[in-house]
Amino acid sequence: MTSVAPMPFPETSFALTLGLLLLAPLAIAGLALINTGLGRSRSAMQSLLGSLMVISTAVIAFALVGSAIAAGTGSDHVFHLAGKAWNWAGAGPLFLAGFNTAGPRAQLAVLFELLSVALAVLIPWGSGADRLRLPAGAAIAAVFGAILFPLAAHWTWGGGWLAQLGANFNQGAGLLDGGGAAAIHGIGGISALALVWIAGPRKGKFPREGLSTAMPGHNVVYVLFGCLIALVGWLAWNMAGSLLWLNTAPAALVQTAVNTLLSAAAALVATFSVTRIRFGKPDASLCANGWLAGLVTSSACAGVVSPLAALFTGLIAGILTPLLVELFELALSIDDPSGAISVHGAAGLWGLAAAGIFAPQSGQFVAQLLGVSMLLGLLLPVIYLIFWLVNRVLAFRVDPDGERLGMDLHELGGNAYPEFVVHRDESYR
Amino acid sequence: MKYAGLLVMPAGFFLTIGAVLLFPPSAQRAVFVLGGLAVEMMGVVVSVRGHMELRSENR
Repeated sequence: MTSVAPMPFPETSFALTLGLLLLAPLAIAGLALINTGLGRSRSAMQSLLGSLMVISTAVIAFALVGSAIAAGTGSDHVFHLAGKAWNWAGAGPLFLAGFNTAGPRAQLAVLFELLSVALAVLIPWGSGADRLRLPAGAAIAAVFGAILFPLAAHWTWGGGWLAQLGANFNQGAGLLDGGGAAAIHGIGGISALALVWIAGPRKGKFPREGLSTAMPGHNVVYVLFGCLIALVGWLAWNMAGSLLWLNTAPAALVQTAVNTLLSAAAALVATFSVTRIRFGKPDASLCANGWLAGLVTSSACAGVVSPLAALFTGLIAGILTPLLVELFELALSIDDPSGAISVHGAAGLWGLAAAGIFAPQSGQFVAQLLGVSMLLGLLLPVIYLIFWLVNRVLAFRVDPDGERLGMDLHELGGNAYPEFVVHRDESYR
Repeated sequence: MKYAGLLVMPAGFFLTIGAVLLFPPSAQRAVFVLGGLAVEMMGVVVSVRGHMELRSENR
């Protein structure tokens, strides 16, 4: 089972955390809706069914194998370097053995991690929209649930080497990541980058001549409604994370919620203003990306910074997000339909760094930077290599004919909107 | 070039770990960690440039 900090966890906290975790799946529902809305109408059913599929696969893989790696027991896998113990993997039981006899806090930790892997795996799935095959998505989810997420979860939440930076090297309180900016969004964002690099852009996205082809999301109402649903889930997520991983007292949770809301609000206002200035009118899907980036930033910051700092970090995330989405697409030829690399990757990294800047503990900044370094320097190359190998066995990308027909018809034999006529795509001529 | 970038990233990571091991908690350690992050960013930039070159060849 996952590490149980040697601190009291009263029944009030248990009941509160459980209640919050029952609301947290709204963040998953919101993200699935956003991903679907940002994709094309001919792939909408595959996107949403695929979300359920990748969530199920990742959750099963985590329960069977990953939970053993994420667990923090007294006998974790450790190596010694420079006189310090580096805890790199848990050594818990496979198949959630002994779950019913674990302490209440350990059980809640497993539930939190199961929900976290479900949210994390949706991030690369959204980036692969309109060309990533269902079997490939499931394979990625299995690897994610069994290996990648559990390692990151153990390092940050399960008493791993990042969590112990404070005790071993006097770096604040170790990596602070109550809501999963590193373990969920950071790893999801860099996985999205690796996936997009390997799968390549949608057909017709980057023509031989001229600018990239605009492929707007097919239903912005889904996207914006997904943002509202995600807010409820995120509030619950950040508060549950604060209780479990930051040992926040229930009385201090209101500030976590206020910070989450302020961060999202500031990010939305910033993105709204930036797109209004750049394009003459605010861009709805970019505003949704900005809102989500504010929420992602709050995942690291909400439990540890002041409301003013939360507002500032959200503001910066909101300014950067539309600029990064544009940079990735227009300047770097990276086709990321859901904007996950900017929204989850970049905003997650910024949130981690900002928590270090504004946290009251001395030395916290370096601990947070090491979290960023772990994601960029260690996990990104490893994830790229693993995805490259998976792609050799099970091709990520649908064949050109399937892409032309749409993922719904090609993979599921029907359309999400059967009574609508799907127009021929001019870019395939 | 993309693969060269992917090799540079771990080099930056080991620099940040080296900073924690070699220096006491100080501004010097923070600067060294930032240096490691800069190397990682350089790796990301090289990988992205490699991706762009491949993309323009495949168009």
